[in-house]
Amino acid sequence: MPTMKPSERMKIPRQAMPERHAAERAVCFQEVNCGYPPDAAATEANRCLQCKDAKCIGGCPVGVNIPAFVEAIAANDLSAAADILLADNVLPGITGRVCPQEKQCEALCVRAKKGTPVGVGYLERFVADWAREHRKDLFEPPAATGKRVAVVGSGPGGLTCAGELAKRGHAVTVFEALHIPGGVLVYGIPEFRLPKAIVHAEVESLRRRGVEIVTDVVIGQTYTIHELLGVEGFDSVFIANGAGLPIFQGIPGENLKGVYSANEFLTRVNLMGAYRFGETDTPIIKASETVVCGGGNTAMDAVRTARRLGGDPATLAYRRSREEMPARAEEVKHAEEEGVVFRFLCSPLEVLGDEKGWVRGVRCIQMELGEPDASGRRRPVPVPGSEFEIPCQVFIQAIGTKANPLLTQTTPGLNTNKWGNIIVDADHMTSIPGVFAGGDIVRGGATVILAMGDGKSAAAAMDRYLGNGSGDAAST
Amino acid sequence: MFTIEQAEWLAPKVRRLVVRAPRVSSHHKPGHFVIVRVHEGGERIPLTIADSDAASGTITLIVQIVGATTERLCSLSAGDSIANVAGPLGRPTEIENFGHAVLVGGGVGTAVIFPQAAKLREVGNRVTAVIGGRSREYVILEKELSSHCNHVYPCTDDGSYGYHGFVTAKLKEVIEECGDVGVVLTAGPVPMMRAVAGVTRPLGIKTIVSLNPIMVDGTGMCGGCRVTVAGEMKFACVDGPEFDAHTVDFAELTDRLTTYREQEALAWNRLHELTERSDASASRCKMREMEDAAASR
Ligand SMILES: Cc1cc2nc3c(=O)[nH]c(=O)nc-3n(C[C@H](O)[C@H](O)[C@H](O)COP(=O)(O)OP(=O)(O)OC[C@H]3O[C@@H](n4cnc5c(N)ncnc54)[C@H](O)[C@@H]3O)c2cc1C
Ligand SMILES: Cc1cc2nc3c(=O)[nH]c(=O)nc-3n(C[C@H](O)[C@H](O)[C@H](O)COP(=O)(O)OP(=O)(O)OC[C@H]3O[C@@H](n4cnc5c(N)ncnc54)[C@H](O)[C@@H]3O)c2cc1C
Ligand code: SF4
Ligand code: FES
Repeated sequence: MPTMKPSERMKIPRQAMPERHAAERAVCFQEVNCGYPPDAAATEANRCLQCKDAKCIGGCPVGVNIPAFVEAIAANDLSAAADILLADNVLPGITGRVCPQEKQCEALCVRAKKGTPVGVGYLERFVADWAREHRKDLFEPPAATGKRVAVVGSGPGGLTCAGELAKRGHAVTVFEALHIPGGVLVYGIPEFRLPKAIVHAEVESLRRRGVEIVTDVVIGQTYTIHELLGVEGFDSVFIANGAGLPIFQGIPGENLKGVYSANEFLTRVNLMGAYRFGETDTPIIKASETVVCGGGNTAMDAVRTARRLGGDPATLAYRRSREEMPARAEEVKHAEEEGVVFRFLCSPLEVLGDEKGWVRGVRCIQMELGEPDASGRRRPVPVPGSEFEIPCQVFIQAIGTKANPLLTQTTPGLNTNKWGNIIVDADHMTSIPGVFAGGDIVRGGATVILAMGDGKSAAAAMDRYLGNGSGDAAST
Repeated sequence: MFTIEQAEWLAPKVRRLVVRAPRVSSHHKPGHFVIVRVHEGGERIPLTIADSDAASGTITLIVQIVGATTERLCSLSAGDSIANVAGPLGRPTEIENFGHAVLVGGGVGTAVIFPQAAKLREVGNRVTAVIGGRSREYVILEKELSSHCNHVYPCTDDGSYGYHGFVTAKLKEVIEECGDVGVVLTAGPVPMMRAVAGVTRPLGIKTIVSLNPIMVDGTGMCGGCRVTVAGEMKFACVDGPEFDAHTVDFAELTDRLTTYREQEALAWNRLHELTERSDASASRCKMREMEDAAASR
């Protein structure tokens, strides 16, 4: 294809992502976004101006060479595109779907200044899906180093680290507490946003590369970290056990029947398949009216899931305004299309119960934005006398999580900060030599791509720690 | 997959399963439990580790059929396997020398006190067990407990065996007669545990209960197992399952256990349609009656 002039490229409008119809998806769990067809992907790729000083790369936490892989799509060389992408990002089919692109790569795209940025996330997903379907999962087993590494937790941080270590010839065992590997990718993020088959395919690919994944093992209970390094004979450990414990607001009525943490609600539905109760055994309360408290991705996933379980209305109560919502922009748009009701500047004060102990509603208070707080966002303050009730039978708290102390408590010598997050140095090493950590347990609730980035750079540091040369992975 | 090495009925609807789970057995302490998922698509349910043998890599589970999942589990025999067994979970029982320790077990709650008895004895306690069942055939682990306890008092509601009456009445007797009871540990149906707390509270005897809220992950991740203890929210799977009986909000626990009644009945009926057992719904209703009767006591 002859190269296009920038002025021609500038004329191409951003290609829309084909989506399942809002009415249909409000009642089903199939993926909302259907993915670009090849011609749309090529057209979108041609919107990229191929900047010399590509700002988008700086917006990507793992530094994907965005113009290069996009150019390969435009040239219809998808295999090359996949190679470029996979060199920096081992789980592009996942990040293409869940990264907050509008705050990362796409935020810095020059085209964002005048109009809309290149659809980097959509293109990334396109290449990843193509590669999963069309490329054989070929790899050369590297020479074994004889070193054994344990990875705690199989979320994006743990899986990435495991893959990178296996590439370097270390024998890797991943210990996962739950019965299915994938972390938040399988228990938290719903099927309609990230099909589980994609996560399972990534896990299977790791297994083929010799990574051993052992489920049903809770480190801190089944084995301690010191046992892993001692009797179990591992040379190094990477801890990526995620953020864990759900936070409750501490308002009255939180133990009524019908109150869930978002983690419980989503785990029942996603991990345990409660939306298919009958085929599966785990129950969930299906309410005609649901209220979810929060404004992040978790809240958005919970409220959209509640909607699909029949919540009408499914209401999101957020104490700040739309602009402050931390959720991905696309999820907010999708939620609105699906009929989710947004109540901004609304803070729950009490969950109300009926005489039998079931939730019947939530009493809220209207907020207004006051002075900026430490985070720079304007602090919501209650408007006196503005209390009101929203009827509901299910109330879901999605206001965040905090570090799970299960592992840290049983690991003497492992330093944590006042929030219980593990403290690491620039090499991701903790206060215990040979023990590294990354992802949410270090950062607090963060993102998939940051956890992956940690897994990747920790693997390089662990490789050095294990005395394996430069720390660069042999190319696969 | 976790293989069942032995399986036998201990009492009507109560089955003892010896399961190969070497990682669990080597780390088991009294008070610990496991989360079991019987088959693909199955629920995750918590079960106490009643015993373990690190040498053979096995753990013992004592399971009472109360619904679909426990029924499925109890339909398995030696040679069959269970999809998932995760653990050991929970905090172990605090074992110290209290002088005289009295253990009160009701029904399968006896599975919880059994490993406690051995350890409490080991550190020098005098150990008494009071174990209850509806009638003779429901009293379990009497012989096994005898080898670790100074005294074992079986009690039956109908007087068909041992002491005629509830375990709480026998407990009162033991406390009065001995006058040296330093601690009471109890596990069983919620109404029973609540009643035990009622006996010891006015006497100021330290009492530890093993709570059994509905759980999912068992690792602190979901909060579904939350209970109120001393006015504070606790996650039973990681903060417990053992708590100071005198500060537990039993009414809330009782109520939260009924959350999924409707769905549980559906699952039960479905399982029984599948296995084409026609007497099922009858026995289910019977069980509900018994539960309700127990709850209203
Ligand atoms: C509902 C929801 C939606 C989200 N949506 C997005 C999104 O759209 N985009 C985005 O970028 N981020 C999103 N996030 C955040 C993102 O998922 C996390 O930042 C990321 O998953 C962190 O990865 P991790 O590897 O650190 O841990 P996790 O993904 O949390 O995985 C940790 C794993 O460790 C296991 N584990 C815990 N304790 C132990 C133990 N003691 N022993 C063994 N295993 C253990 C857990 O079971 C789990 O499988 C979302 C989070 C949630 C909850
Ligand atoms: C820490 C802990 C240890 C336990 N140890 C044992 C044990 O050693 N042996 C044993 O037989 N049972 C034990 N239980 C109870 C056991 O987990 C439940 O009986 C089981 O989950 C019921 O599942 P089901 O599908 O068969 O019944 P369902 O149909 O789901 O429930 C039937 C009835 O049992 C009650 N129930 C439901 N889930 C639970 C639950 N998680 N805990 C308590 N009651 C529940 C409800 O009131 C319900 O109405 C323990 C529970 C906990 C929390
Ligand atoms: S990994 Fe995330 S931030 Fe980086 S290019 Fe892909 S979508 Fe953008
Ligand atoms: S069972 Fe999920 S937190 Fe306890």
